[in-house]
Amino acid sequence: MSLWQKDKAFLFVLSVCASLAGVISIFIFFFLAKESVPAMAGIGLSQFVMDETWFASENQYNVLPLLWGSVLVSVGAVAFATPLGILSGLFCHFYAPSAIAGFYRSMVHLLAGIPSVIFGFWGLVSLVPLVARIHPPGPSLLAGVIVLGIMILPTIMVILDDAIANLSRLYLNSTVALGVSKWGALKGLILPNLRKQVGVSILLGLARSIGETMAILMVCGNVVRFPTSVFNPIRTLTANIALEMPFAMNVHRSALFFTGLIMMVLVAILMSTAQTRTSRQA
Amino acid sequence: MAIRYSLPVFCLAYLAMTGSNHAAGQENLTGKLTLTGSSTIAPLVSDLAKKFEKTHPGVRVDVQTGGSSRGVLDARQGTADIGMVSRALKEDEQDLKSYPIALDGICVIVHSTNPVKELTDSQIVAIYTGRVKNWKDVGGLDKQIMVVNKAEGRSTLELFLHYTKLKLPDIKADVIIGDNEQGIKTVAGNPYSVAYVSIGTAEYNATHGTQIKLLPLHGIQPSMQALIDHKFALSRPLNLVTKTEPTGIAKEFIAFAAAPENDSIVKGQYFVPLAKR
Repeated sequence: MSLWQKDKAFLFVLSVCASLAGVISIFIFFFLAKESVPAMAGIGLSQFVMDETWFASENQYNVLPLLWGSVLVSVGAVAFATPLGILSGLFCHFYAPSAIAGFYRSMVHLLAGIPSVIFGFWGLVSLVPLVARIHPPGPSLLAGVIVLGIMILPTIMVILDDAIANLSRLYLNSTVALGVSKWGALKGLILPNLRKQVGVSILLGLARSIGETMAILMVCGNVVRFPTSVFNPIRTLTANIALEMPFAMNVHRSALFFTGLIMMVLVAILMSTAQTRTSRQA
Repeated sequence: MAIRYSLPVFCLAYLAMTGSNHAAGQENLTGKLTLTGSSTIAPLVSDLAKKFEKTHPGVRVDVQTGGSSRGVLDARQGTADIGMVSRALKEDEQDLKSYPIALDGICVIVHSTNPVKELTDSQIVAIYTGRVKNWKDVGGLDKQIMVVNKAEGRSTLELFLHYTKLKLPDIKADVIIGDNEQGIKTVAGNPYSVAYVSIGTAEYNATHGTQIKLLPLHGIQPSMQALIDHKFALSRPLNLVTKTEPTGIAKEFIAFAAAPENDSIVKGQYFVPLAKR
């Protein structure tokens, strides 16, 4: 085998591996679409938004309260985690002694490795009773936002930490040479230039939190309704699938696949927006 | 020539061997048995399975939960060899064969610090339909009631609806939960909540330091003994169901699960062994 042939063979193996990963997600998409056909045909798309509520045993399949629950809890979690991410990134780079910054970073990485069911369990036994003391019932949108916010914090922090490191490499020496104060450099250079990375981290955080299931199922109360306050319980699309898929049959099962499809489309939109934003920047 | 004939001869010999193996397999069970369904029955079946695997080393028993409806569905579709269903079979489920292995009841639980001593049937209905929203209306503190309900597809919910004669849309819940353990943790974590769970799981948790209290029904304290005496109104059979007349491992296992020598395992899980056999 000549070198050229070896190269070709290697290229072939590489392209097969790469396309396999891509093809799998396309297959999943088509599988979800195929499984949701009976629901779309049998129930009709109008019922998915016109029904009174989601009540499978009464043949009511309004996905809007579920979708709204998913969106609210994810947006809330990102709103909770992003300021924390920005501030802790600035702290690590500009204010903390390097030993403390290193320790802090490794703690955040550890946070990323904790399984979601552990977060859910912690939420159920410690956080929910706390929320209940402020305002009953306890299992609520707020509990979900806090648990999910802590879960996506590592994602957001790692992205912003990297971005701040890059920016300070670029500008910090010049600002010091020009005699700009630390706070002046932060305010005038780092924070304005961080804006795009914050956008990307928000999108990735949203995509991550929309799909979260187990922790949300344990702390959100799972009542299907439009919440009127942060102390109301909510049910998300993912929790609904987890609660109902084990026994769902026929149209109900298909309707659950349809909600899965909605979620996949949502995540795809978020991910591709994040991707174009990063590539435009580069 | 000799080589040419050896292959068919070998095949014949192989067939003869596997044939005899098959015959021997009837006495010495090997294979895998899958059971799915009720989260109430699963811990009991897991315990039974451990003992079963010890006495039948060739058998592996796989137990999965997902609610009684899944047990019915999986048994019917053949996804599982045996379904676990913690209620009597419904009219449209009569195509399945059911084998009761024990009795269980469900009871109303509140936090152990809740001063309420008993709830009547109509009070339970009023709380679950949202007509009574405050504990002070049923003899408790001036605090809002947190109503915990089970998710659809759970037999605990079906039995509760059957007993209270409520329809699911009538129930105004603050929290919807999956399995019994989640219900108990939710109540233990909120002093003003009310839920209904399996007596077995509730009694176990209450006697092991979990902060819950089992409320009596019609003056009868929910307990294993009350179930044995058939005094407790909210009770149900725990069934193993199969699609067809069970054979092989499934048949052995069902007989094993209902056998009197395994009563201690049933009691160990806070269920009531069947009185009559």
